Amino acid sequence: MNHIAPGARAGIYHYDAIDRRFVGERVEQFRKQVDRRLAGELTEEEFKPIRLMNGLYLQLHAYMLRIAVPYGVMSAVQLRKLAEIGRTYDKGYGHFTTRQNLQYNWIKLEDTPAILNALADVDMHALQTSGNCVRNVTTDQFVGAAKDEVVDGRVYAEILRQWTTLHPEFTYLPRKFKIAISGAVSDRAAVRVHDVGLLARRNEAGEAGFTFYVGGGLGRSPFIGKLVREWVAEEDFVAYLEAILRVYNQYGRRDNIYKARIKILVHELGLEKFKAEVEEEFARLRGPKYRLDPAIVAEIRTHFAPPPFEELPETSEALARAKAENPAFANWVAVNVAEHKAPGYAIATISLKPPGGIPGDATCDQMDLIADLAERYSFGELRVSHVQNIVLAHVKQDDLFALWQQLDAAGLGTANAGLIGDIIACPGLDYCALANARSIPLAQALSARFADPVRQRTIGELGIKISGCINACGHHHVGAIGILGVDKKGTEFYQITVGGDPTLTTAIGDILGPALTEEETVDAIEAIVEVYLAHRTEGERFLDTLARVGHGPFKERIYAAD
Amino acid sequence: MPLIENGRIGEDAWSFIPDGEPVPNDRPVIISYERWQSDRASFDGRNARLGVRLKSGTLAGAIAPDLDRFALVALEFPKFRDGRGFSTARELRERYGYTGEIRAVGHVIPDQYQFLVRTGFTSVEAPEGTNPTSWANALSEITVAFQPSLDETEPLSLLRRNLGLAG
Amino acid sequence: MPSPDGTLHAITANRLRDGVVVFLAAGGAWVESFADAALLTKAEAEPALAAAKAQADGDQFGVDVYAFEVERADGTAQPVKMRERIRALGPSVRLDLGKQAAA
Ligand code: SF4
Repeated sequence: MNHIAPGARAGIYHYDAIDRRFVGERVEQFRKQVDRRLAGELTEEEFKPIRLMNGLYLQLHAYMLRIAVPYGVMSAVQLRKLAEIGRTYDKGYGHFTTRQNLQYNWIKLEDTPAILNALADVDMHALQTSGNCVRNVTTDQFVGAAKDEVVDGRVYAEILRQWTTLHPEFTYLPRKFKIAISGAVSDRAAVRVHDVGLLARRNEAGEAGFTFYVGGGLGRSPFIGKLVREWVAEEDFVAYLEAILRVYNQYGRRDNIYKARIKILVHELGLEKFKAEVEEEFARLRGPKYRLDPAIVAEIRTHFAPPPFEELPETSEALARAKAENPAFANWVAVNVAEHKAPGYAIATISLKPPGGIPGDATCDQMDLIADLAERYSFGELRVSHVQNIVLAHVKQDDLFALWQQLDAAGLGTANAGLIGDIIACPGLDYCALANARSIPLAQALSARFADPVRQRTIGELGIKISGCINACGHHHVGAIGILGVDKKGTEFYQITVGGDPTLTTAIGDILGPALTEEETVDAIEAIVEVYLAHRTEGERFLDTLARVGHGPFKERIYAAD
Repeated sequence: MPLIENGRIGEDAWSFIPDGEPVPNDRPVIISYERWQSDRASFDGRNARLGVRLKSGTLAGAIAPDLDRFALVALEFPKFRDGRGFSTARELRERYGYTGEIRAVGHVIPDQYQFLVRTGFTSVEAPEGTNPTSWANALSEITVAFQPSLDETEPLSLLRRNLGLAG
Repeated sequence: MPSPDGTLHAITANRLRDGVVVFLAAGGAWVESFADAALLTKAEAEPALAAAKAQADGDQFGVDVYAFEVERADGTAQPVKMRERIRALGPSVRLDLGKQAAA
């Protein structure tokens, strides 16, 4: 058995007395801020950025609290606490987001300090999950386990989490600031659609360093991050980022909320001028004060030491047998299980996208079950992926069948990771105050329409991403098929884009034609799939076929009648 | 308006002279950066201390060549959410070696006080009727910092530092 | 389409301390159910909104105070926009939650 005492928390940064002191003080500070707001000493205008900095939004029905899951990694103990909070202070469920966080939808302002206290008990907080500051840094959900990993992104994501915490200079930026790190050959963190995207690499001497992309982002004006520096050595990591943030804080636009992200600055200033400004700052900041001490990196790395893997043969006979006997399980393994770097282990994705379900939602009972399974099969650790699924990163191949049986019994055994049913959808108009249209009902209709597992595998790799407004929290621009909700004279309409790609070959999708109603949209997606299947040649993914045949056949099929 | 210094309400020796009004020669005054640009010759030979007030869009580099003429630089926050002043202050200190007083003026809230001190501000002009306790508390509520800055901090371990700010 | 001057309005806010959606009732009290909301003509809505804002602000009672359009169909009033319907009822994808569940 791989059972690990809950306290061991393999692969989780664990707080020491100093971290605990800080988070405790921060909760007390917020408690006083809430009191000052309720007493009228702080106006709503003044309080809003403060509550946002603590993860608290006001949404359609109530306050929404966004809990930070640093770089998407947490322990079973932490997940159980999240379940408990969901039962005590919310309505028995939570929503996992594309930022690898967890949101509760029915929170009371007056309960928030108590919730933050409960989080602090398990080394968690909600800091900087919103507001115009540096947000929770995201990374590859397979970090520390993937076969193609070069550098462990958790180490640097944790360094950034700490470094940016209540950063005195960068807490009132022109706009929010999102950083993603990928340390593997394939980019599973969508680095080029972030304000700063980092590829962690190694040079010939084996030293870690970073390639910096700046100015990517979705939203009203989508941009793909531009290469700003090919190599930043580890010791300069923080100084270089400070230089970028300082240039942004000084020159970023503050006159128009839609032009305030760093992507617009890079675009308006021009890449060369932007680079020159950053280099100038960097040259000065590069001294000893902002040097990242290798001793600190080494110490933080100890938190992410590999769990005590058993020595196992490369492949498991038990797994082969179970697959042969149970086709549904074999299908789940083929779709939801990825290769692990340790022999005899595997990475299992738990899909939070059952046909007809609400993408990313999990009940507190499901959270408890996942926590149990993480303890039993994955060293007490799990991850939230940016496609709103859960990952158990270190499962023995021998254990996969037992794991799947328990997941399946709880409605968590859907085999659709990366397939058409694995839809990303933002909360949309059902919850979000900024929405133009609902996203969830469309995701439900689509996943029900494509529920058949055989059909899903026939269609192959195809990501549908849905946003309820142009803020693009559902990443629709980079969906192979993207759907954007729009409001036309009070009626919900949906605009379809095709050809988006979040990986290193980043592409923003093109609009296929006029927006459609919800019902028409579901039919149109099915038509797109049929056209693809009719045109594809051996081994082509949807994106490949689309690139080869162009929009013509798809448009014709959907809009021919007009 | 109350002046906050070291977590307390302090004496303000300075006054701001709006553009167009005569500038007294016998006491410390703050003038606008615009006035300094157009009338700088008129301040030649002045003995009493001079301060300059920068709008948030005016960055540190603009005043850098003249910093030795000013005992005080006031940085304006048009809205407390406009955080450019934090970078301007830090640049004044770190890049241009300015050692005089840096004052935050305009819309600033106590919840930003620690950030102001950490980026090199020495004083804050708070709004009339402000609650002094909130300013005092702001310096002692949080005692850990996760990055070096311009204040006196003492490294603890990893990136963490002790904030020894409570005045 | 009702003529613009025939459109009715209701006034809403989120309660500060718990975020719950509230509506202004006749007489100036805030209520949780849309069914109890005061329906105002455009001429009535403007001063009522200003007064409600001042009161909600001054008493630290509510935030995001605004008016929205209401239409009458078959004798029952309902918000014109989907957004306001969802606020008045709860998420359309979770009929077990929100005000619709309590009703
Ligand atoms: S994309 Fe728009 S509707 Fe969806 S969660 Fe983001 S802001 Fe809300």
